[in-house]
Amino acid sequence: MIELQEVYKVYDGTTRALNGVSIKIEDGEFVFVVGPSGSGKSTLIKLLSAELKPTEGKVLVNGFDVSELRRRDIPYLRRTIGVVFQDFRLIDNKTVYENVAFVMRAVGTPTRIIKKRVPYVLELVGLKNKSRRLPHQLSGGEQQRVAIARALVNNPDVIIADEPTGNLDPSRSVELMMLLEKINKLGTTVLVVTHERELVNQLEKRVIAIERGSIISDRTGGYYLDEPVEE
Amino acid sequence: MNQLKNKTLPNIGYFIKEGIVSIKLHGLMSFAAVTVIGACLLIICTFGLVAYNIDLLIDGLASQNEIAVFIDEAMTREQAVALQAAIESIPNVEQCTFVPKEEAFDAYLEMMGEDAYIMEDLREDNPLRDEYRVVMKDVALHDETVDAIKKIEGVGATNSEKEISDRLIQIKTVVNAVSYALVALLGAVSIFIISNTIKLAMFARKDEIAIMKMVGATDGFIRAPFVVEGMTLGLLGGIFALLAEWGVYDFITEKLVASSGLFTMVGWGELWQGLLPLMLGAGVVIGILGSTMTIRKFLRV
Ligand SMILES: Nc1ncnc2c1ncn2[C@@H]1O[C@H](COP(=O)(O)OP(=O)(O)OP(=O)(O)O)[C@@H](O)[C@H]1O
Ligand SMILES: [Mg+2]
Repeated sequence: MIELQEVYKVYDGTTRALNGVSIKIEDGEFVFVVGPSGSGKSTLIKLLSAELKPTEGKVLVNGFDVSELRRRDIPYLRRTIGVVFQDFRLIDNKTVYENVAFVMRAVGTPTRIIKKRVPYVLELVGLKNKSRRLPHQLSGGEQQRVAIARALVNNPDVIIADEPTGNLDPSRSVELMMLLEKINKLGTTVLVVTHERELVNQLEKRVIAIERGSIISDRTGGYYLDEPVEE
Repeated sequence: MNQLKNKTLPNIGYFIKEGIVSIKLHGLMSFAAVTVIGACLLIICTFGLVAYNIDLLIDGLASQNEIAVFIDEAMTREQAVALQAAIESIPNVEQCTFVPKEEAFDAYLEMMGEDAYIMEDLREDNPLRDEYRVVMKDVALHDETVDAIKKIEGVGATNSEKEISDRLIQIKTVVNAVSYALVALLGAVSIFIISNTIKLAMFARKDEIAIMKMVGATDGFIRAPFVVEGMTLGLLGGIFALLAEWGVYDFITEKLVASSGLFTMVGWGELWQGLLPLMLGAGVVIGILGSTMTIRKFLRV
C-alpha cells in the first residue's frame, strides 16, 4: 500500500515541486499519474523509491516510512518496488537473460531459484526466445519489455513506470499497457506516469492528475475526455 | 524482511568471480597496480631487512666483552709489561693478557692464510703495537671501563667491537628513520594506486551499480566484489614483492657481502617464512584500505 499525507517537496529551498499532496493507493490497484511537464510527477515517484526524502509530510510505502527511513534500510524498501525507467537502463554487454538475472543476484537470490524464475518472467513479457540476445539486438518495444521483466523479477508489491511509453510508437504503447494490465491482474500494484491521452482514455483506470505540485483531480476513467485537445 | 537481510554471505563465490572478472577486464591497469605495489613493498622490505641485519650485528658485537688496548710506541717493552697491574686494578676488568707485537704479527699472518707471504717482509719492521687483551666483567660498563683504561699513562688507543657497534647504532638510527619514511610514503602510494584502480573499475560499472541500488542491493553487496578486487591486487603485489626480494636479497648476501668477507648476513632460508605472512598481509591491508576508501566516496550519492 502507498500513502502520502500532506507531502511537500522543495528543491534547493526554492523550487516547490510538490505542495501538500495526499494520495492513497491500495494493493492491487492500477493507477495513472498525469500532468504537464514540470508538474512534479517524477518527484512523486522518487519519493516512493526513497531516492528523495519529503521536505514535509509522510510517505508510506509497503509498510516503510520513507520520511523516517534509515539509509541502510532503503534497500529493503526498494525490494518491494519494481521501477521501469523511460530510457530502460539495460546493461549493454549483458544478455537479456543476464540483465534480468542480475537483479535477482543483486538481492542475494540463490542461483537455483534464479534459473527457475527468469525464464518464467521472460515468458510473461513474451521474450523467452530472445533471452540470449544483447539489448542492441532488440527493438525499442522489446527492450522496454526487458526493463519490465527486470522490474518484475524480484516479485515486488508495486511496479512503478515513469513514462514507459516515451520511446515507443502508439501500437507498441498499447501492447505495453496490455502487458502491465496482465501483470496487475496477477496481483501487482501498477503505477504509470504518462503523457499519452489516448491510452489513458482507452483504459478505464484511476487517474491522478497533478499540476504545479498539487493534485487537481483523482477519479476513475477517461480523465482527458471532457478536455479540449491542446498542444 | 529479516530473511532477506542475511543473504549476503552465501554469495562469496559470486563476489570472488566478479572481482576476478573486473581485474581481467582492466588487465593493464591491474598489472600496473600490482607492479607498483610490488615495487613499493620490495623497497620497504629491503630497508627492513638491512635494518634487521644491522640489528643482529649490533647485538652480536655488543655482547663481545673484549677490549684491545694498544700501548704507545714510545714505551719500552718493560714499561709496557708494567702497565698490567694498572689495568688490572680497574674494577670491571676480569682478566688482562699481554700480547707482544711479534705474537700479534704471527696471529695476523695466520689470519691472512695463503696470502701471508706478502707480509713476511714486514716482520723486521713490524707495524703493529704491543697490546693487552682485556676481558670485562660487565659489558654494560664498557664506556666507563674504556675511559678508565685510557687515563693510564702509556695507553695509546683502545678498540672493541662495542665501539663498532656504537657506530652501527648511529647508522641504524638513520636506516630506521628512512625505513619509517618509506613505509609512510610508499604505503600511501600503494593505497592511492589501489584506490585509483578501484575507482576506474567502479566507474566502468556505474550503470550496473545504479541499477543494483535501485533494485535494493545493499551497500555491502555492491561493495564486496570491489573489496575482493582490491585485496587480490594487493595480495598479488605482496607475492610479487616477496619473489623479487628473494632475488635481491640473495644478490646482496652472496655477491656483495659474502665476497667482501666483512660480515655475514642472515640467509634467505631463515627469513622467508617470517616474511611470507608479513608481505601478503601488508598487500591485503593495502588492498582493503585502498578499495574501501574509494567505495565509500562512490556509494554516498
Ligand atoms: N534535482 C532537482 N533540483 C531542483 N529542481 C528540480 C530537481 N528535479 C526536479 N526539479 C524541479 O521540480 C519540478 C518538478 O519536476 P519533476 O521532474 O517532478 O516534473 P515532471 O512532472 O516529472 O516533469 P516531466 O513530465 O517533464 O518529466 C520542476 O520545476 C523541476 O524543474
Ligand atoms: Mg518526469
